[in-house]
Amino acid sequence: MSYVSAPAEGRPLPVPTELSAPHWDGAREGRLMVQQCPVCEAYVFIPRRACPQCLAEPLEWVESSGKGTIYSYTIIHRPPHPAFEPPFCAAIIALEEGWHMLSNVVGTDPATIAVGQAVAVEFLDCGEVTLPVFRRVN
Amino acid sequence: MANFSKKAAIAGYGATEFSKNSGRSELKLATEAALAACADAGINPSEVDGISTYTMDNNNEQEVARAIGSKELKFFGQTSGGGGGACAPLMQAAMAVATGVAETVLCYRAMNERSEYRFGQPIQAQMPTSDNLIFAYHGFQGLMTAAALLAVSMRRYMHESGATQDDFCNYAMVARKHAARNPNAFFYGKPITREEYHASRMIADPFHLLDCCQESDGACAVIVTTAERARDLRQPAVLINAAAQGSPWGTMGLGAYYKQDIVPRDECAAAARQLWATSGLSPKDMQMAIIYDHFGPTVLPGLEAYGFCEYGEAKDFIKDGNIEVGGTLPVNTNGGQLGEAYIHGMNGVCEAVRQIRGTAINQVADVENVLVTAGSGVPTSAVVLSRDV
Ligand SMILES: [Zn+2]
Repeated sequence: MSYVSAPAEGRPLPVPTELSAPHWDGAREGRLMVQQCPVCEAYVFIPRRACPQCLAEPLEWVESSGKGTIYSYTIIHRPPHPAFEPPFCAAIIALEEGWHMLSNVVGTDPATIAVGQAVAVEFLDCGEVTLPVFRRVN
Repeated sequence: MANFSKKAAIAGYGATEFSKNSGRSELKLATEAALAACADAGINPSEVDGISTYTMDNNNEQEVARAIGSKELKFFGQTSGGGGGACAPLMQAAMAVATGVAETVLCYRAMNERSEYRFGQPIQAQMPTSDNLIFAYHGFQGLMTAAALLAVSMRRYMHESGATQDDFCNYAMVARKHAARNPNAFFYGKPITREEYHASRMIADPFHLLDCCQESDGACAVIVTTAERARDLRQPAVLINAAAQGSPWGTMGLGAYYKQDIVPRDECAAAARQLWATSGLSPKDMQMAIIYDHFGPTVLPGLEAYGFCEYGEAKDFIKDGNIEVGGTLPVNTNGGQLGEAYIHGMNGVCEAVRQIRGTAINQVADVENVLVTAGSGVPTSAVVLSRDV
């Protein structure tokens, strides 16, 4: 079982847009980039033009520590696509700055995953795009 | 404050059989259910002057109108989505009828969901639509089905409420028990045991196969007209006492992961506030409820959102037998979408009509008010239907 820690052939990948490019460029360089509102300081993810809290724009790109905890998760047992080998874990990570990101928890037996576990970002080179993924830390 | 309370009524309903392969087109299914609803109400289909359906229905309003022989439509529209929209066409119809825009409004949902497309299949994002821009951050992590997307939200619910797989099993067993006595249910005569539930394969943890609604072919329709006119028609009027939609801040389609609280409850709670305010009723006034079960476990936060129990207490409410026929609040007496069929909640509306008329298979005693809800975790809707007293 790979637990998606290796890039799989044919995995569907996001297409960076003008708006999201800094997030994906950062991942390529090994940095987890997120938007922050210059007015109310809210972190904003998924990338947006304006702050969903106060509508300020443009938003600033800042680097996250990449450290967080598993806020919730699912273990997928029915493969949604041939490139995802089940079982694998998709989880909402609560980053320590106070924002949520959906990602994969890699390199861990899915049966041992639980809400609240500490994780840290790492980067999965998938060719055209590098994906931020998370691994359990002590 | 909404002012259409009790001004409109469901005068008739109709449905096709529920199957895995209807063997005919969705337009034929819609037509059959619509004509059955007209016949039940005792109106001539030519009188239908309004249509309200869902954006996910593939049948255009004018084609259904032509198929049933409607003379002229004055009002036609679709409300957002599928499961979240389950009760919204009734709200649109009630507003149209209460304002005099139309007098006889047909609402329908017709689908060959099982035999032709299957929502359970992975969603494929292509065009950069507003939905697909979000999907890029969910689908590429492997959350490509409704089951997977909602599973994440329900895992958080388990963490916060202490609900377990056994609690989810308790709902599935009730739904299948109700369906087992309903000859129109796909799972008629097929109750499940606790062992069968736990042995059913895991789809997306915590959802077992037996937590997932069916994929169905079939159609349901209702006729909405003024309460005044409904009283002169064949069947007892079923009043639309209150109807509401809910889409509070942070709502997304099956993936509102960016709020502080991701439990799929906020949308339903928003609809609930409006329903209870506009009807002057409270959860205690309901003799039963149809709680949307695209996935059985979501019935738990659903019961909490509409105020039948405190947050986190639905597991005990269900365990104590309240939601079975004979309990304090029988739920999904038709077997729900786990047991009867998955027609985006419209089959639940039909069951509420039967219960108020007193003609249901699993009849609840002396039903005056029924809450019917739509899907959670998406922009949603709900309605309170009442006996004409
Ligand atoms: Zn802001």
